[in-house]
Amino acid sequence: MKYDLIVVGGGPAGYVGAIRAAQLGKKVACVEKERAGGTCLNWGCIPTKSLLRNAEIYHVLRHRAGDYGFKFDNLSFDWQKVIGRSRGVADKLAGGVEFLFKKNKIDYLRGEAVVDGPGKVSYRGADGKAQNIEGQAILIATGAVARELPGLAVDGKTVVTSHDAMILDPRPERMIIIGAGAIGVEFAYFYNAYGTDVTLVEMLPNVLPVEDEEISKTLEKALTKQGIKIFTNTKVTKTESDGKRVRIGIEGAKAQTLEADCTIVAIGVIPLVPKMPEQINRDKRGYIQVDDRYQTTVPGIYAAGDVIGPPWLAHVASWEAIQAVEGLFTDHRPKKVTLFPGCTYCQPQVASAGLTERAAKDKGLKYRIGKFPFSASGKALAVGESEGYVKLIIGEPHGEILGAHIIGPEATELIAELTLAMSLEATYEEIEATIHAHPTLSEAVHEATGAAFNLAIHI
Amino acid sequence: MPITIEMPKLSDTMTEGTLVRWVKNVGDQVEIGDILAEVETDKATMEMEAFDEGILSEVFVQEGQKVEIGQKLALLLAPGEGKPSGEPGPAQKAEKAAPAGAVPKGGEAGQPPASAQGAQAAGAEDQREEKRSREEEKVGTTDGGQAPAKAAGAEDEQRVKASPLAKKLAAELKVDLSTISGTGPGGRIVQADVRQAGERAPAKAKQPEAAPPAAAPAPAKAPSAAPQPVAAAPEDKRIPLTGMRRAIATRLLEAKTTIPHFYLQADIDAEPMVKLRQELNATLEAAGQPKLTVNDFFLKATAQAATKVPQANASFDGDAVVQFANVQLACAVAVEDGLVTPVIRQAQTKSIGRISSEIKDLAGKARSKKLKPEDYQGGTITVSNLGGYGVEQFFAIINPPQSLIVSVGTIVKKPVVGGDGTIRAGQRITVGISCDHRVVDGAIGAQFLAELKKLLENPVLLLV
Repeated sequence: MKYDLIVVGGGPAGYVGAIRAAQLGKKVACVEKERAGGTCLNWGCIPTKSLLRNAEIYHVLRHRAGDYGFKFDNLSFDWQKVIGRSRGVADKLAGGVEFLFKKNKIDYLRGEAVVDGPGKVSYRGADGKAQNIEGQAILIATGAVARELPGLAVDGKTVVTSHDAMILDPRPERMIIIGAGAIGVEFAYFYNAYGTDVTLVEMLPNVLPVEDEEISKTLEKALTKQGIKIFTNTKVTKTESDGKRVRIGIEGAKAQTLEADCTIVAIGVIPLVPKMPEQINRDKRGYIQVDDRYQTTVPGIYAAGDVIGPPWLAHVASWEAIQAVEGLFTDHRPKKVTLFPGCTYCQPQVASAGLTERAAKDKGLKYRIGKFPFSASGKALAVGESEGYVKLIIGEPHGEILGAHIIGPEATELIAELTLAMSLEATYEEIEATIHAHPTLSEAVHEATGAAFNLAIHI
Repeated sequence: MPITIEMPKLSDTMTEGTLVRWVKNVGDQVEIGDILAEVETDKATMEMEAFDEGILSEVFVQEGQKVEIGQKLALLLAPGEGKPSGEPGPAQKAEKAAPAGAVPKGGEAGQPPASAQGAQAAGAEDQREEKRSREEEKVGTTDGGQAPAKAAGAEDEQRVKASPLAKKLAAELKVDLSTISGTGPGGRIVQADVRQAGERAPAKAKQPEAAPPAAAPAPAKAPSAAPQPVAAAPEDKRIPLTGMRRAIATRLLEAKTTIPHFYLQADIDAEPMVKLRQELNATLEAAGQPKLTVNDFFLKATAQAATKVPQANASFDGDAVVQFANVQLACAVAVEDGLVTPVIRQAQTKSIGRISSEIKDLAGKARSKKLKPEDYQGGTITVSNLGGYGVEQFFAIINPPQSLIVSVGTIVKKPVVGGDGTIRAGQRITVGISCDHRVVDGAIGAQFLAELKKLLENPVLLLV
């Protein structure tokens, strides 16, 4: 039997691409070597959100119970259950993806795939027998894996990546996290909340280096206040692990050596490429190169998601896969990613879309800033989460939203309105003219547009 | 609650349509999906479906009338809503237009309103209530009574699908949004489209503003280079443009003036194809199957050559050349008052027999004006064949945004010099191709033509 599409990889790019192709009436196979759902669902976005929710609740109980009128004597937690809940959520969702495969009549094939050439894929199933399948088109969606630090071998115990960091047992007493991107910051928040002594080391000048500088500074202050030790502008010079303890030499404002039970290496990812024809070009960092239709340099073989390069985000990967598949099977002209939201789920949360203030400045754009603090939001005060603000970068003279940056409660949910506004090319006037429910956190978005023109009511 | 039905945009290029026939009559019950009327666009006559249910209480447009997109066509009322007893006369229509529960005010209801818009004014108070619950864009009915002309104008502006930023930018750059097509989701005009349009015609856009309005009654439509008006003698006929003629005029003028055309031509030995076709048709006829035409061979060969030379199956797109993965093969079909180019989808995957039956079907639909937008949009390369009229050779104008069109002449008996130097009677057919030099260079065009020649002179290749 010949498939219309063979998808290699069952993560957010792969499974979404496979389902969309099936929805378009195509016969689809999806080959996955581990478990449906990919990194996102099994070892990324989803299980970490479970851990972070635990941390949030524990943090509130530990530090702010009195504010809310709780009284107890012996607050304690069951670490195995913290991790267990996270794994349970991942298991449930992975099962959900398998159900969706069935529902859409997609052949879900387990095993490590080899792309043998245009239209040809083989894989070795659990029985060890090699199977050959053929398809009209192939979509490579194998994703990426954590990048390791040269000279510091990952052992899964004292030196770990995000993968093992979510199942560390027992919980380390002292931890060094190298890299303060979204992953590093989220783990820093999580372990710190549970009482681990966390040090966060970042080579660049700010935590969350891709975010707006002002937001990063605000977050750095908030995390420091929570007890996380943060070294920015700091290089790792020396690494040492004896399997029980790590010693990390750092050099920033001054040189020193840190010691901990465990270090998380969170310095980015590298593409995970299947065995495939040499004619498929890759860039110098190893990402598969694709054209405007997501086709690789070998006709009939397409690629989407983390394996074609940044931004490494599940929602971007899914979107790319849909573009590729619709371009393949319909008259749709695929688009490349230009606007996407980025989210970090520590507390306070950080979310953004579009240009940072610095980027707007560097591009020579004319803009004004609209900013509204959650401390002036009725809802934020009512729920007791008034840290942070909404910051909008509004283009002049037309008032389009160039960038939206939120730090604070539910920032990751609030960004959706602004991403939609930007995608529709709405200007501040459309947001301003839209009635926002009271009392909600979304009023802060509304007020931020007003604030750009000194028209915010509550500040 | 009254629902206004407006002239829908039934094709990408449509700006106005002619209401050919009302299928439903005033007083008829209309269900969602019912055919309300037939509308002639620039491309075809199409059936207009109802998206709401109700009773057709009023029509504002008579059969044969030409109407711009977004203009009001008819009014639907919910069953029982404001329905008076007896036959609807003009005065009762006024009541009907008002929503249920509307109390006609004083003299207003007694006087027959002068117009349909007037009718709605009677219920203006109550309709304002609905303004909140209904889509903003349909609010035109509410204000109709007070200022019909202005309301209609405002509504027209609303009808252009454009992002807020695009609208603001258009106002600044003096770009008329109704003249540009959008590249956003669902054809929405976005910032980039306006910027592009602004760059394309900055001089033209500024001209009307520069000219003193009083002194120039129609300068906007008549730039300095425009030809003198045609002096028509009394016996001459002046035929108003149909939508199709207007679309042909606009697109081909744009094509011929903005695309750098060049032309290549080759003589093809038609004998093998004529012979194979005779053999095939004898077999097909015996099997009771439809016969193949010479044009079918050219369509199949074009699809195959475009796959072999994909650079020819491409489009110039501002800052990039788009090379299409599929051959969406358009074929020019003459129809009454013009031509259309229906499209055979993914022609590279289809057999000559399938292509033959599809084009037969599409041409039939085209002649009876039954083509749907998806039947003629999105072509990537075109074949035009005038061989049936005895034309020996010609070069068609490229059909934008495509980059190549194949022009097929008639089969001509000619003296042919054989391989041994002797002259004999042979059959030849002349094929011309017109190429967009921005996309297709001479060598690529030549490769494409050579491939076409090879396929047609070895037509068995078109069957395997």
